[in-house]
Amino acid sequence: MKTNKIQLNGKTVSIEDGMTIGDLIREKGLDPGTVVVEHNRIIIDTTDLDRIAPAQHDVLEMLTFVGGG
Amino acid sequence: MTPIFSEDQLTIGGRAFDTRLLIGTGKYPSDDMIPIIIDASGSRIITVALRRVDLAAHTDNVMQHIPDYMQLLPNTSGARNADEAVRIARLARASGCGDWIKIEVIPDNRHLLPDGHETLLATEILVKEGFVVLPYTNADPVLARQLENAGAAAVMPLGAPIGSNRGLTTREMLQIIIDDIHVPVVVDAGIGKPSQACEAMEMGADACLVNTAIASAGDPVAMAGAFAAAVRAGRAAFLAGTGAVNTAAAASSPLTGFLYE
Repeated sequence: MKTNKIQLNGKTVSIEDGMTIGDLIREKGLDPGTVVVEHNRIIIDTTDLDRIAPAQHDVLEMLTFVGGG
Repeated sequence: MTPIFSEDQLTIGGRAFDTRLLIGTGKYPSDDMIPIIIDASGSRIITVALRRVDLAAHTDNVMQHIPDYMQLLPNTSGARNADEAVRIARLARASGCGDWIKIEVIPDNRHLLPDGHETLLATEILVKEGFVVLPYTNADPVLARQLENAGAAAVMPLGAPIGSNRGLTTREMLQIIIDDIHVPVVVDAGIGKPSQACEAMEMGADACLVNTAIASAGDPVAMAGAFAAAVRAGRAAFLAGTGAVNTAAAASSPLTGFLYE
């Protein structure tokens, strides 16, 4: 099975080819509604998370809200 | 009892609030405490921060602890320059938490002092993009004026370095900012005790933002209530108008009378 190496939150990970960002979020046990995602520095609308499959060398940032002052 | 100044509201970004205490969500022993702190403080504006999801561990989302009626104020903490602050602000808005943003640009991890130049640059960009911008700054009256001119919805000068609990070490500059600036002045950072928040309000500050002093108190819930009372008292005193300060004594009771005759 073809895999793609991507940068996810600063770390290199391999994901199955065709796997969407939404799949990836759910695989990590997260609710897509609670994270905000940047794909190659472009902010991804929540409704597009299941339509974008990262390619080799893509960069993903997955962020969430935490306590802060 | 009817509040004396029931019509006295804080207005920021077109939204009016009956409370002048802003609170943070950092450093609590447990995020479960946040709704109780909100109740005890009476606050309606609350800061949050954006961070990478920790994929190796369960990351609690602080939003689940914040009631819908709260005005969210995401900060750009972690930003070291204007570009990073703008990037975080756009991400925060994209996450659906509204268009308010506390700009926090901190290049130095020792004193955590904000970079005024980069903060101004970020403010100019984000105001044009329609954000309600509340920049966190040093207590610099010139910078405060520049931020106001750039369209900041409020200015948030520090009393002392973040988390230091040292109070209003910048008192004289704060007073100039309060006297000169027309948008709300929110004293942010360094307030360690309710008496210091009360003093800032007596000086004419429009609001105070308190995080560490509540979160690190022995009893954070009780301290949230104490800050709420202090901010109300300080505001009431400011509106009442404090008496003149004199070097000489001025008797409160009549000294003339039969003993001297």
